[in-house]
Amino acid sequence: MPSIVIIGAGPAAVRAAETLVRAGIRPTVIDEAPVSGGQIYRRPPPGIVRDPKKVYGFEAARARRLHRAFDDLREQIDYWPDSVVWSARDRELGVITKSGPRNLVWDRLILATGAMDRVIPFRGWTLPGIYTLGGAQVALKYQACVVGERPVFLGTGPLLYLVAYQYAVAGVKVGAVLDTASARAKRGALFGLVTGGGMFLKGLYYLAWLRAHGIPMISGVRPVCAHAGPEDAVRELEWQDARGSLHRTACDSVAMGFGLRSETQIADLCDIPFTFDMSQRQWMPTQDSHGRAAVEGIYLAGDGAGIKGAAAAELSGERAAHALLHDLGHARSAKNLEALNKRLRRFERFRRALDEKAFKFPIDLAVSADDNLMVCRCEGVTAGELRHAARKLGVTEFNRAKAFTRVGMGRCQGRVCSPAAAEILADTLGVPLEAVGRIRGQAPIKPVPMAAFLHGAAS
Amino acid sequence: MPQAANQQGQFRRIDSIDRPRVLCTVDGESVEALEGDTIMTMLLLRGHDLRRFEFGDERRAGFCLIGVCQDCGVRQTDGTPLRACTTLVEPGMALVTRGAEDA
Repeated sequence: MPSIVIIGAGPAAVRAAETLVRAGIRPTVIDEAPVSGGQIYRRPPPGIVRDPKKVYGFEAARARRLHRAFDDLREQIDYWPDSVVWSARDRELGVITKSGPRNLVWDRLILATGAMDRVIPFRGWTLPGIYTLGGAQVALKYQACVVGERPVFLGTGPLLYLVAYQYAVAGVKVGAVLDTASARAKRGALFGLVTGGGMFLKGLYYLAWLRAHGIPMISGVRPVCAHAGPEDAVRELEWQDARGSLHRTACDSVAMGFGLRSETQIADLCDIPFTFDMSQRQWMPTQDSHGRAAVEGIYLAGDGAGIKGAAAAELSGERAAHALLHDLGHARSAKNLEALNKRLRRFERFRRALDEKAFKFPIDLAVSADDNLMVCRCEGVTAGELRHAARKLGVTEFNRAKAFTRVGMGRCQGRVCSPAAAEILADTLGVPLEAVGRIRGQAPIKPVPMAAFLHGAAS
Repeated sequence: MPQAANQQGQFRRIDSIDRPRVLCTVDGESVEALEGDTIMTMLLLRGHDLRRFEFGDERRAGFCLIGVCQDCGVRQTDGTPLRACTTLVEPGMALVTRGAEDA
């Protein structure tokens, strides 16, 4: 039996595994988390029992279906939870499991590696008390905690309003919801947004709820500075409104995010060629219309292959599995592929309206960073150092900037800083974003103990 | 109020406090957490940060909470590094968040 491996256990991975099992295949599912669900449907660890309605809101039924689907597969898959894939070379993965390092050879590989918040630095953004939107949400879902009693939500995208709503419902006083996208952009996106159907209606509900509860929501905002209080944690957020007036909002925490960024490091180590995605402003692993990567035997699914959201991830996960089955000679999968693509196409217009119209990535904010602003929070690299490298050191590309300044060389490997750092480089050089390339994935793609190298050769 | 429900730090519990207690040591002090807490949750319920930034004076308290940014590293007293946001507390865990430079 061929070795078929799925990386991830979020909505895309679960549906991929389910589809393969139905066709009589026993896949190996490797996931970093101790329980399945991915980030969006993340489950609390054993010991914390919470009402799914409280944890997932409107998505409770969908989350429960997905969790049950995966739990039902447990006997028919090899499940490696708590396991980090840290390297991928030829057809072999290096994995750190709970019980030690293991190597795993694959014949076919489905990558469902997910995404994280896309971040733009501003003055004070590394202060304690400032988290990503996704992080603030994980505190709620996974730990039954809030990151503060008076949070401010900053950034843009659907997650901004969703997490603000979830925090308000949890009983904390939301200081403000500050959206960098303009009110006009959102109105202008209306026709496209309506195509989202239920997703659009849920968004409207969150907005209406927040408004009805008197939570200030301001559009066209630019963050200016996060100020610290006596414990060196954030106590106030200074921001500018669309007319240029300055405001200060008291807070004990900030949750920020400007859309999502796909996790593509394993695809990179697998030597899949990348294509620049203008809408996402990110280099993405190249795939065909059925999720087949441009390297034979690899399939891409979910937000790790392009940000489309959880509902689309379930479909693209199933599609990746059918593409794989088709390549193994299951002729019947051809029909499923077409049906799934038809359903996935419905998300496209909605997604474009979100990314390209309603909640555009504020490039101007990224490139307006002061020279002394720390862009790379791991290595402490400033915007000025990046500009200096571009102007004076002949740097024309991201990896060269990394070599000269250490940007993206820290423990997160550029996952946090690279979107803004690339914008700053491109802006300084006066070239389009794609011209500065992308930061290369390097093994180990996450910090791993030395034991992985000492014993990793043994399978 | 028992220490595990202590509400002095950055994080606040909203519910699910009826869990077995787990006793750990942080910088030599005895700290009570709840089963299912991450190290980060335990530390930020009682304080505002997790570590000192290596290249400056600032303190850090994590950022992404999903094991990506690596900004929440703490150590066990034997030197083993741990990612606070993805590591669950275990009874008897002994952690260090302050180095000699913070003394």
